[in-house]
Amino acid sequence: MMSQEKLREIKENARPLLDERLKVEDKTEVRDGNIVLKGDYYKKQVRIALRNCEIILPESIEEYIALDGYSALGKMLFEMTPEDVVNTMIESNLRGRGGAGFPAGRKWLEAFKYDADQKYIICNADEGDPGAYMDRSILEGDPHSVLEGMAIAGYAIGANQGFIYVRAEYPLAVKRLQAAIKQAKEYGVLGNNIFGTDFSFDIELRLGAGAFVCGEGTALMESIEGKRGMPRVKIHRTAHRGLWQKPTVINNVETLANIPVIFQRGAKWFRGIGTEKSPGTKVFALVGKVKESGLVEVPMGTSLREIVFDIGGGVADGKAAKAVQTGGPSGGCIPVELFDTPVDFESLAKIGSIMGSGGMVVMDETDCMVDIARFFLEFSVDESCGKCVPCREGTKRMLELLEKITGGNGEEEDIARMESLAVTISTGSLCGLGQTAPNPVTSTLHYFRDEYEAHIRDKTCPAGHCQALLEYYITEDCIGCTKCARSCPVSCISGKVKERHVIDTDACIKCGNCMEVCPVGAVILR
Amino acid sequence: MEFKFDMEKNKDKVEEFRVFIDENRDRPGVLMPVLQEAQGKFGFLPEPVLELISQDLRIPLADIYGVATFYSQFTFIPKGEHNISVCLGTACYVKGAEKVLAEIEKVLGIKSGGTTPDLKFSITPTRCIGACGLAPVVNIDDDIHGKLKVEDIKGIIDKYR
Ligand SMILES: Cc1cc2nc3c(=O)[nH]c(=O)nc-3n(C[C@H](O)[C@H](O)[C@H](O)COP(=O)(O)O)c2cc1C
Ligand code: SF4
Ligand code: SF4
Ligand code: FES
Repeated sequence: MMSQEKLREIKENARPLLDERLKVEDKTEVRDGNIVLKGDYYKKQVRIALRNCEIILPESIEEYIALDGYSALGKMLFEMTPEDVVNTMIESNLRGRGGAGFPAGRKWLEAFKYDADQKYIICNADEGDPGAYMDRSILEGDPHSVLEGMAIAGYAIGANQGFIYVRAEYPLAVKRLQAAIKQAKEYGVLGNNIFGTDFSFDIELRLGAGAFVCGEGTALMESIEGKRGMPRVKIHRTAHRGLWQKPTVINNVETLANIPVIFQRGAKWFRGIGTEKSPGTKVFALVGKVKESGLVEVPMGTSLREIVFDIGGGVADGKAAKAVQTGGPSGGCIPVELFDTPVDFESLAKIGSIMGSGGMVVMDETDCMVDIARFFLEFSVDESCGKCVPCREGTKRMLELLEKITGGNGEEEDIARMESLAVTISTGSLCGLGQTAPNPVTSTLHYFRDEYEAHIRDKTCPAGHCQALLEYYITEDCIGCTKCARSCPVSCISGKVKERHVIDTDACIKCGNCMEVCPVGAVILR
Repeated sequence: MEFKFDMEKNKDKVEEFRVFIDENRDRPGVLMPVLQEAQGKFGFLPEPVLELISQDLRIPLADIYGVATFYSQFTFIPKGEHNISVCLGTACYVKGAEKVLAEIEKVLGIKSGGTTPDLKFSITPTRCIGACGLAPVVNIDDDIHGKLKVEDIKGIIDKYR
């Protein structure tokens, strides 16, 4: 059986071994008493949710304990009532990291107050934003912090059963979680009579099957119940009637990973980090055209500029930054002029994007904003569950309009059509997917309207991306080898041997043959 | 193309699968784990297996199809010996994933989501697999191929032939 003394003993034995291993590997240093990763990339970061990632061995519960793991759970079982725990969470004002930013403590309080024979905790590990992998890294790199967070939540609201709903695309995360749950039960920090008290808490894994909408809380519950993962009409709060109609608290992976630290160091400490309304840190997956892509955890309120330039090193290949996309298919594109915006829930919403779960895709001058909007709409069309007509049909019509524009057939009225559709879709949809699906379009229409107009009026793509709007052109690098002329299926290339060749653009069918065969790369798209 | 499934030839696996259903039948919400087990075991969801599930768990076949068609991970055709997952997430998209997919389709002569008639290769489009730093990324079986260029693709696929 686990006890607080025994936990301390394990810690005292494991810590020197961990220190020894880290010394040999030489990739960490000690900053303010914490072990952190070395290097410029990490200097500006404050890692709370990622505190143990790449530092401890994820398969080892002892290394987790060596860095104070399970001490918060152990302490609270003896020193705090469930009500105290809920109050500490409210005081910390930890806001949900899954996208919506709802205060975790308030959700817990609702479930705590509601009387029921059975309650549940769910960890949302469905991480659906295409282009983001924060939760995956936590699950793979520090699974015990999520388990401890769930057990704390269970104690607070009076639940004895938890579920982790993991994307099927994350096989390694599943393996690590399975191993971690087994270990935690062997050590008596999970399962029956945790730390010898009468609190019991078990965790079961459930795998998703590739449906983005299942990240939505009620759809996820339907899915665990073995049904089609379609969002429920929200007559009841899930904190009152959730999984199998029992009070359920659902929290995101990153939210849960923050919880043990809050109880180790106190709510006040946590509120000292970040901004007043959004305390703490946020993990971002900084990807796309940035020099140093990777996971970045910074205090809330850090500016986009600091993240993209100071940490990410700016844009790769000497190109100019154009925008950052946050919030995935529910978010928007933020132009480079607004890079001084602090990153927190309110500031991002004010400029037409959202915090989202933490995807941050950097785009450069060669990325076409109309095409990016099309990309996300295609995603929403694919992933709409089909329950609401405005979402199911509206996103399709919107995608058609975008395809028409990027295909060079856009008409002046199409912009107004999209704007009106956007309102219909977002007001007439049941869940967040439909409500936010137009965001990629409205935000790009707002900040990059000239790009839409260029596609429609001048039939050009300023970023040089949309194939249908580009022309094949032979530059002065042409050596007159005649290969292109011979490969052209419609014989629209003229020119004499050893002289520069010319394409008759009106006749060209854009097959690309000439570009492929040219030995000196003189055929370009422009 | 039709892919046939022979219950007789897969007798042992079917038997194991029956045991799995038996051991789990009391778990609430068991249909998803059962379908996942079937897909893992047989590589896809063959019709006779779905009928078996329906009879054994007493769930109407229509409900089972309703669930199985809702989730993109379930397939009704077998996967090839080598599964090529092409990431079409945002980071990969801005780094040219579409062109990579088009090239793979060209090299194999099948569309995304399909399986070659000799059952050698399948193409599965996926969303972010969490390797965005290596975009564009293609996963062949368990190997990650990152920072892909269109020119490299034929050579990489040939290695699995
Ligand atoms: C379409 C849709 C997809 C979502 N996907 C996820 C997801 O993948 N992971 C997640 O944690 N939350 C996701 N959410 C948010 C959840 O509904 C829910 O707010 C969250 O899991 C609550 O946890 P939190 O308060 O700790 O953030 C999604 C919401 C919607 C509408
Ligand atoms: S808004 Fe879209 S995804 Fe959400 S419930 Fe309606 S149809 Fe389904
Ligand atoms: S793209 Fe094709 S049709 Fe056009 S000029 Fe080149 S070879 Fe001829
Ligand atoms: S977007 Fe392709 S790996 Fe993340």
